[in-house]
Amino acid sequence: MSVVTVQLGQCGNQVGQELFDVISSDAQDGQRKTYSSVSRERFFRQTSQGGKKMRYNKNKAPRGFYYDCCYVGKVLKYFFFFLRVPDFEARAVLVDMEPKVINHSMNRAAKSGRWRYAEASHFSQKQGSGNNWANGFRVLGPRHRDAVEELVRREVEHCDVLAGFIPMMSVAGGTGSGVGTFVTQCLRDVYPSSFVLNHLTWPYGTGEVIVQNYNSVLTLAHLYQLSDALLVHENDAVHRICSQQLNLKQISFGDLNRVIAHQLAGVLQPALTPDSCGAYSGNPLGELVSALACHPEYKLLSACSIPQMASASIAFSTFSWPALLKHLRQMLIANTKMEEGIDWQVRPPPASAGRTSSLTAGGFNASLANLLILRGKDVYSAETGGFEDPAIYTSWLPPAEALSLWKSPVPFDKYEKSATLVSNSQALLRPLDDMVRKAWNMFASR
Amino acid sequence: MTQSVVVQVGQCGNQVGCRFWDLALREHAHVNKRGLYDEALSSFFRNVDLRKSDGGDCCVGGRIQHLKARAVLIDMEEGVVNGILQGPLREVFDSTQLLTDVSGSGNNWAVGHLTYGSAYREAIVNKLRKAAEHCDCLQCFFLIHSMGGGTGSGLGTRVLSLLEEEFPDVCRIVTAMYPSAEDDVITSPYNSVLAMRELTEHADCVLPVENQSLVDIVNKISVMSHGAKPGSALRKDSTVTSGQGSLSPTEKPFDAMNNIVANLLLNITSSARFEGSLNMDLNEIAMNLVPFPRLHYLVPSLTPLYTLADVNIPTRRLDQMFSDAFSKDHQLIRADPKRSLYLACALMVRGNVQVSDLRRNIERLRPSLPFVSWNQEGWKTGLCSVPPVGHSHSLLALANNTCVKPTFMELRDRFTKLYRKKAHLHHYLDVDGMEQSIFSESLSSLSALIDEYHQLDATKARLIPDAQRLSIAR
Repeated sequence: MSVVTVQLGQCGNQVGQELFDVISSDAQDGQRKTYSSVSRERFFRQTSQGGKKMRYNKNKAPRGFYYDCCYVGKVLKYFFFFLRVPDFEARAVLVDMEPKVINHSMNRAAKSGRWRYAEASHFSQKQGSGNNWANGFRVLGPRHRDAVEELVRREVEHCDVLAGFIPMMSVAGGTGSGVGTFVTQCLRDVYPSSFVLNHLTWPYGTGEVIVQNYNSVLTLAHLYQLSDALLVHENDAVHRICSQQLNLKQISFGDLNRVIAHQLAGVLQPALTPDSCGAYSGNPLGELVSALACHPEYKLLSACSIPQMASASIAFSTFSWPALLKHLRQMLIANTKMEEGIDWQVRPPPASAGRTSSLTAGGFNASLANLLILRGKDVYSAETGGFEDPAIYTSWLPPAEALSLWKSPVPFDKYEKSATLVSNSQALLRPLDDMVRKAWNMFASR
Repeated sequence: MTQSVVVQVGQCGNQVGCRFWDLALREHAHVNKRGLYDEALSSFFRNVDLRKSDGGDCCVGGRIQHLKARAVLIDMEEGVVNGILQGPLREVFDSTQLLTDVSGSGNNWAVGHLTYGSAYREAIVNKLRKAAEHCDCLQCFFLIHSMGGGTGSGLGTRVLSLLEEEFPDVCRIVTAMYPSAEDDVITSPYNSVLAMRELTEHADCVLPVENQSLVDIVNKISVMSHGAKPGSALRKDSTVTSGQGSLSPTEKPFDAMNNIVANLLLNITSSARFEGSLNMDLNEIAMNLVPFPRLHYLVPSLTPLYTLADVNIPTRRLDQMFSDAFSKDHQLIRADPKRSLYLACALMVRGNVQVSDLRRNIERLRPSLPFVSWNQEGWKTGLCSVPPVGHSHSLLALANNTCVKPTFMELRDRFTKLYRKKAHLHHYLDVDGMEQSIFSESLSSLSALIDEYHQLDATKARLIPDAQRLSIAR
């Protein structure tokens, strides 16, 4: 089953390009064939028709060819030998109101040599949205609705079976937030029975755009009605991962995007689910949404993954499931996104304490539902009992329902063992509260 | 990619504009190694193939044939514009872009605004329209003029209101040169206050620049370059410090000061022209930095002003650049923003600077900068990967700050000193269409503006509680 991503605005296009990069390199590293083919089918389409033309290299071709080619080569000045190399084109639609970022992303993709964006699947204008949500949602979105819907329709027609859509955007700017909300609305209208999982990037709390709080609040309010689930990454948290976990001295947006892409790919790459009966799941978005967004009022999801380390250190580290899962559980409860500096003092409140639903009762993060995805060696022997503890969940959903477990015996992105946790919990409450408070203060002035 | 048109009015405007085009050509020559007419070049220049019969523009992607600036040059006396046309920049302009007259405005705002404004209205609108038609997607008009003279302030502000009438959707960013207290034009307070009213009402953003600050900055640079310390030789190819490598062989008197202003314009548009990891377009400037329509005066500051020729220590130099941007020595008007209230601040960084450097410096500087209560973390940031010529990175800070209030109050004081005695008033009132009420209206507009800034200043020390709202149930 295939997933179509719609990349909106500068952030969406940059993160999307990194995401496809991670997925294509993960699916290629001598992985097991079923895993690779399911992953490729999900995110790329193969076009062996428009193969790459390669310069004839006499050292690589078999002898028979050489003889023939030499004869022809005497006549022609240059000789090109057509090799049909399967080209993987991403199932993606790129939308932005100005052309620079899309050009940059498409060039970078083509340079990777493993995959590229289809030539005709992008849409751009000359002038950006000016960080104005209203401009994106009410003016530019409707104006370009037909063009964007056409691109999406063409991409959907290339899919055998459509698993759903993943619009990727940031909430701070104008195009991602405004046009992105409008495009999500269109997807909902045109494909009412498909799953729509929005991936959102929240900006730094200390400001990237002055009106970011207005744009974020307007976007979230609309998306909550339109989307099936909202998977959120915050720039602040990802920045901390880069600086403290990966020990990068100079962090660029590329580094942030790679971390986000790694976590997102960890969620979206093929896995064996309880419903998929021994094969890789064909309905990843549907199963994710049904596992986590169990109540229509609770749609905000956050992700964290373990381990996260500089790629140079991976070869020197050993991993064990008990250690990884113990850290991951504490990361969930204490609401941090990294293994460094976990607060081991935070514990779930004892059952006898009653319903004291305080925002930060001792810093404890209560969950509604969790999805745990384990990838790598010995997955079947991993002990996940810690995540079934009723104390970390709300009382109105039995823990057996609240926890979903997906497994894949194939190692992911060079980690021998890795785990990703997508949770529907209180983790995003504090940033959301801050965002709304600042937007309201700005609005209420004068 | 969008295009912008530069409209330069008066002697000061044309001299600054001349430096701007010179530096723009240098910058693009530095970046564009292959001689192709790319999107970045098209934002300020047209590529014209003179052999084509319709004088046709070539589109993006071909080789550079002949570059013409997207500009309109207006001056009521011929000296400056003729000087440009005889200088090395003559190829870049053609006669359809120029509008000149013979006798000048006599340092009289009324002559510029009313007499020449009405006489040349049609001609000006035609030239603007032509320039706009050559653009695929016109985003912004940059108007450069001085406030103290007659043509720049009078005719310049008339052009501004024409732009608003004819092209209401296009952003108008004005670079206005404010006179210093020791200005040699006696009537400059009158001209400035009369022009200020037009700027407050018709411009989208104004970047005020004061001559005195430019003089101080240039002096500082020359002190540095004449060897305060041994081994501290300055790099000679920077666009800010020197016109070296530029088209004209000798530097003219105001060139150094005008260079700084020209760099300001280059840096503002850099993120719209070149790519970067966090783009900032021109329409985002007004969107983010102007909280209320009349408070659109943005104090610019540009760093670094010079680079030492020896190998620089990256991180320390970078942090120093950020600190300098907020010090009062680097502001382009005489003001101390750190002591006044910030309504909003934009940081446009060029070169090899990453988001972690930006974050670190914002967090470091934030506690010492007073921000207004409803915009506590109000930063707009932009990262462009292409550095300016001669530097490895640079920072342009645009602050909407109440520190402009003292500047405006001084201006008002100088105005009232003359107005009380009705000195030189008859020159203005003699002009057809000019009335005394225009003076009093301009004065009250300026006073109202000062008042608005004052209201905001008053909230500075007070602790404003969060506004009432629905909160999360606890």
